[in-house]
Amino acid sequence: MNINILLDGLSLGAIYALIALGYTMVYGIAKMLNFAHGDIIMVGAYAILTTITMYSNPIVALAIAVIVCMLMGILIEKIAYKPLRGASPLAVLITAIGVSYFLQGIAQLIFGAESKPIELPNMGNFKLLGASIRVSSIITLVIGAIIMAALSVFIKTTRTGRAMLAVSEDKAAAQIMGVNVNRIIMITFAIGSALAAFASLFYLMSIPSVTPTLGAMPGIKAFTAAVIGGIGSIPGAMVGGILLGVVENICKSIPFLSNYTTAIEFSLLIIILLVRPIGLLGKKRREKV
Amino acid sequence: MAMLEVKNLSVFYGVIQAIKDISFEVNEGEIVTLIGANGAGKTTTLHALMGLIPAQSGTITYQDKNILKMPSHKIVHLGMTQVPEGRHVFQELTVYENLLMGAYTQTDKSQIKKDIEEIYTRFPRLGERKNQIAGTLSGGEQQMLAMGRAMMCHPKLLMLDEPSMGLSPLLVNQVFDIIKEYHKSGTTILLVEQNAEMALNIADRAYVLESGKITISGTGKELAQSPEIKKAYLGG
Repeated sequence: MNINILLDGLSLGAIYALIALGYTMVYGIAKMLNFAHGDIIMVGAYAILTTITMYSNPIVALAIAVIVCMLMGILIEKIAYKPLRGASPLAVLITAIGVSYFLQGIAQLIFGAESKPIELPNMGNFKLLGASIRVSSIITLVIGAIIMAALSVFIKTTRTGRAMLAVSEDKAAAQIMGVNVNRIIMITFAIGSALAAFASLFYLMSIPSVTPTLGAMPGIKAFTAAVIGGIGSIPGAMVGGILLGVVENICKSIPFLSNYTTAIEFSLLIIILLVRPIGLLGKKRREKV
Repeated sequence: MAMLEVKNLSVFYGVIQAIKDISFEVNEGEIVTLIGANGAGKTTTLHALMGLIPAQSGTITYQDKNILKMPSHKIVHLGMTQVPEGRHVFQELTVYENLLMGAYTQTDKSQIKKDIEEIYTRFPRLGERKNQIAGTLSGGEQQMLAMGRAMMCHPKLLMLDEPSMGLSPLLVNQVFDIIKEYHKSGTTILLVEQNAEMALNIADRAYVLESGKITISGTGKELAQSPEIKKAYLGG
């Protein structure tokens, strides 16, 4: 098998994992499915497109995208979700879907419906063991791994990280420790959106065009990855994302399967949920006494 | 001047009134107990005091501040916390991490370190199991952890909700000894218990809660000897 198929799969997986982390962290802490999360990738993509036409520097573009996405995440939470704290999960879910269409509509108003090409610097290829490997895949994979490692360390070792774990496990108990749950939820949205901004850049490095609906497919794939890994579980989102990315790329490389790639991915979800309803690394919720 | 003064507090769950216009107070340095049967409204009262559930009317004054509408985390910063019913330790964190969570409001890192060592001295079992995941501890150990965790924030007023629930008689005695000892070190205690005998034994004053109303109040001794209480709560 061509080593590129595996590497590209891993780098696609890293993109899914970065997005899946946003879904899973928000689910773990705010107990809601933020279906507008995929559209944050689209917001990041337009931020990158706008910045890069002005400065043509991908690092600056990424920095701007991170800031824009974080602000957008915080704003959405404040305006759309915070007033619904304690409302029925269905109301929150419908609101999230509404926010998703709202963001797509706004993007269409500002940037138009047609897809816009984006020019990112070509990073070229290098030779390894006789194969020609895309530098962009390696960058995605390495930076993705660094971000995920940093996130794990942050959650395990800092006061805020521990508070995030505490809130996700037992909100009331965290409150009587003095944790401001609203602040922790805001931070979670900010972190998830920042990760989505990185995903935007990596996504554009492989598919260099921007449309208002760009976030929908990677969003739903990453959500699938989060559920495969066990929604609410951070290592689960990473494993689920990588698994889905690799499976997707392998399927695409096999001629008689390539047309069925998406069907195979969602079938994988169904099979895993049939065997293990809580996902690969999900934890059973203990019944409260 | 009372440290905590509750006046005409009412709490509703939907249309059902769980707490009916109750008033009580806790003075600095006291152990006050709230006893009553299952469902009398004891836990609801504590939750309302901590801001975990909204109260519909009345006032809650803590150290001259009205805390009725104050969010829970701010109340903790004022020096009031609770050991919740059913312990509610963070099952997926280690014993050590649980204690660090208890010190969430504390900023002095060297003091936190000292406090954790002190907790390990007070509860040797927690020291032995400091790196163990809390969910794997026994019920008694979890109760010790929940108490140690609450002590980490240096509460001026510590509320304990059914600390004896589900424990063996030996452990119940141990828990009550710890409460007495901790009280001696200068913390005011509000204790909610179904185990009326033990609670009245250590309490300065007591209130009896029945179907959301306070029906009897007095010193711990008075209530322990009252024929009504004996009949209803002390098994004859």
